[in-house]
Amino acid sequence: MRIKTISRSVDEFTRERSQDLQRVFHNFDPSLRPMEKAVEYQRALTAAKLEKIFARPFVGAMDGHRDGISCMAKNPNYLKGIFSASMDGDIRLWDIATSRRTVCQFPGHLGAVRGLTVSTDGNVLVSCGTDCNVRLWSVPRPSLEDSDLSSEKSTEVVHSICGLYLQECVILSFTSRAVDHQFEGDLFATAGAQLDIWNHNRSQPVQSFTSGSHSVISVRFNPGEPDILATSSGDNHISIYDIRMSSAARKILMRTKTNSIAWNPMEPMNFTAANEDGNCYSFDGRKNEEAKCVHKDHVSAVMDIDFSPTGREFVTGSYDRSVRIFPYNGGHSREIYHTKRMQRVFCVKYSSDATYVISGSDDTNLRLWKAKASEQLGVILPREQKKHEYNEAVKNRYKHLPEIKRIVRHRHLPKPIYKAKAESRAMNDAKRRKDDRRKAHSAPGTVVTESHRTRRIIKEVE
Amino acid sequence: MEVALEDNNLMEKVLPPDEQEIDVELEAKEKKYLRGEGANLESLKDKKLKTQLASREKLYGKSAKAAAKIEKWLLPASAGYLETEGLEKTWRIKQTDIAKEVRETVRDVAFLHNDQFFAAAQKKYSYIYARDGTELHCLKERGPVARLRFLKNHFLLASINKIGQLHYQDVTYGDMVASIRTGKGRTDVMEVNPYNGVVALGHSGGTVTMWKPTSQAPLVQMQCHPGPVSAVAFHPNGHLMATSGKERKVKIWDLRKFEEVQTIHGFHAKTLSFSQKGLLAAGTGSFVQVLGDSSGGGGGYSRYMSHSMVKGYQVEKVMFRPYEDVLGIGHSMGWSSVLIPGSGEPNFDSWVANPFETSKQRREKEVHLLLDKLPPETIMLDPSKIGAMRPSRRKERPTRGEIEVEKEVAIEAAKSVEMKKKTKGRNKPSKRTKKKKELVENAKKTFPELEHSNIAGKKRRIGEDAAAELPASLKRFARKN
Repeated sequence: MRIKTISRSVDEFTRERSQDLQRVFHNFDPSLRPMEKAVEYQRALTAAKLEKIFARPFVGAMDGHRDGISCMAKNPNYLKGIFSASMDGDIRLWDIATSRRTVCQFPGHLGAVRGLTVSTDGNVLVSCGTDCNVRLWSVPRPSLEDSDLSSEKSTEVVHSICGLYLQECVILSFTSRAVDHQFEGDLFATAGAQLDIWNHNRSQPVQSFTSGSHSVISVRFNPGEPDILATSSGDNHISIYDIRMSSAARKILMRTKTNSIAWNPMEPMNFTAANEDGNCYSFDGRKNEEAKCVHKDHVSAVMDIDFSPTGREFVTGSYDRSVRIFPYNGGHSREIYHTKRMQRVFCVKYSSDATYVISGSDDTNLRLWKAKASEQLGVILPREQKKHEYNEAVKNRYKHLPEIKRIVRHRHLPKPIYKAKAESRAMNDAKRRKDDRRKAHSAPGTVVTESHRTRRIIKEVE
Repeated sequence: MEVALEDNNLMEKVLPPDEQEIDVELEAKEKKYLRGEGANLESLKDKKLKTQLASREKLYGKSAKAAAKIEKWLLPASAGYLETEGLEKTWRIKQTDIAKEVRETVRDVAFLHNDQFFAAAQKKYSYIYARDGTELHCLKERGPVARLRFLKNHFLLASINKIGQLHYQDVTYGDMVASIRTGKGRTDVMEVNPYNGVVALGHSGGTVTMWKPTSQAPLVQMQCHPGPVSAVAFHPNGHLMATSGKERKVKIWDLRKFEEVQTIHGFHAKTLSFSQKGLLAAGTGSFVQVLGDSSGGGGGYSRYMSHSMVKGYQVEKVMFRPYEDVLGIGHSMGWSSVLIPGSGEPNFDSWVANPFETSKQRREKEVHLLLDKLPPETIMLDPSKIGAMRPSRRKERPTRGEIEVEKEVAIEAAKSVEMKKKTKGRNKPSKRTKKKKELVENAKKTFPELEHSNIAGKKRRIGEDAAAELPASLKRFARKN
């Protein structure tokens, strides 16, 4: 007969010296873990509560402008800096990382600055304003002792198109509303009564597109295809242009005007349009009859939109004094940021490392928020990182159960937004009920319900 | 754990026979890690949710495969065994073949969450002591306690006292969570089912009742034996329960169907205990018998080993030591231990139970256990229900069509009843027809829903089930859900 019993030798299972790590053994047999689902649920509940405890999204406000902020621009080469321009012509470069102060100012515009953009190599800043000027500035290279830059410096206008300054006033007999720079190359586009494509070195536009009587409000180049850009105009159109062609490639007519457009950096054929009716519409650039997704949560007009570099989320700022973060394919926002002091939000940017969101608003302040409200900033140990990931995963597994859903979904809304949402919900419910009854009492097929994705689009032209 | 993307094309090649064998073995192990059937995704209409769940199900499959492979190749220790050759029987092998204080009555002792604390049920009250013997608490509320057990995940100390009251106390903050009057009199047979945290009491009438702290009535009452129940034991997987009664029978029950699976005759087991690998130890008099399961599911318990002590020693309690091949026997003269190969789980998981843990690890584990403490409401017969979908109720109620069919059948049955022919002038045809009509009316009365609905036809909501029976012009008013 053969007999064997379990015998464990101590040195196999314990460490030799106190400097060694403790040995860990695994056995994944489920019978060793009774009630594992209940324990997981308990951990999900704790994780949801902890997330709420650590949710401190507001990092700081940057004060300095003397009038409401009208536009912002990200420098693609320099993570810590952001440009902002206000309604009195003041353009500033901020250091948002360490000191949250102005690094340098670019004075010169006489009226409100309406558009700001930076070239891809980070050297040239283009600004346009209501004084019919388009100015090119040279951006100071950040020196190695960045943290010592605590004093404000004002730089001279290095590369303004000298000699052609006056000439620009004549040519641009209209104010320009927006400007955007191409991702690869030297061209930038200004939007005003017509859409102009410029080169850095020329004083005349390389190409012009006229599109009817209304002015072009916003313009955005495609990150994937350097020659494609999307514009929105005051007569509720969204147009996609290819600068190699002479007229618009595609045009979509909607019911209300679009304030801003952003292309998805990870899926460059999709773009999202921030509309005046409070919704954001995601479109596939190739197929425009219906929106891919309608993102509804704002109560008032959405003023600006920016995608995260991961392409999974975008941030919107709206006239209703709130900043919301939406998932790229989800209809409702996952997060809302608001403060009593923040008034109408006119521009938002998602930082290039996908950690921060910057909002510029009417109350002359730029505010820095965390993109994930309960995230721990700074250097995280790998054990901490694993625990965060585990908490996230276990919370997502049980987030549909009522107790956890209640905690995860809970957000405090300012009273005007809360009331406006309740009102719109009541209105929508009533409308839907009436439509259902109308449909039930008519011959089948006569009353057609429009899907939300096509409801606000009137038609596609071309 | 990193799971490398398996090349699915490889799986379709024809493998050599020994590799096929390994595959079959791995598949059998995988089932254990899959923890039940996958979700039924066909009935989902939401496409986004469907794709998300489908990718998650795939991930579960992969992790189960990886865990099965780890179990096969990477676990450090292997289980003990006792293999016989030829005509030898395992129970003939003896131990010699294998190798060579409180002065009160204490009725029961139970360790709390680790070995630093234990509770003792003494003559009048129960006390909680620290490891070195200092008395920490006196639990007066419970009265004289017959049995004490600790529910590990919930930090509840359960006890049954001489009057038959069941007490649950949370030892983290001392609150008495529940005191339940069982109503069945005095008993000292109490066991905790480790799979779901349910407390089972064996009574003198032969019933086994199962309790949870949040209800005053028992969850289950099973009539197990004609006489008093002497001992109860639970298999660690939660499906099997062994009970022994004074009529010299040991019965094995399946707890999913509450059916008897096996009866073992011949001896009256005063104490029963299951090991981690499913061996059942039964102690009677001065004789301990260990039964092993030859079939996987629990029906084939037969003699595996036995051990008889010196004649005067009366065996009071047997208990298997976890993670070791050792059976501890408590008897009238003290305590002894015997070796039972193949009873313990050879591979422990350091995060669950580490026999070699240092004091630092013990302290950290205590904190983690406290963080994961479950509320008493989670004790239920089927713990896998947490997080599961609620089954849709619509199929339970019979549709209108079905009710009509049943009604027709009942009316037919009533009509075809043979009427007894009465004599002496009482067999009038009018009376006979009246009687038959009465029977049919009675048959119809057992379907009151239809009766009522015929009266209040217009006000009735037209359900989805009835949509199929509506005439075509009214179909648009069927209630959509």
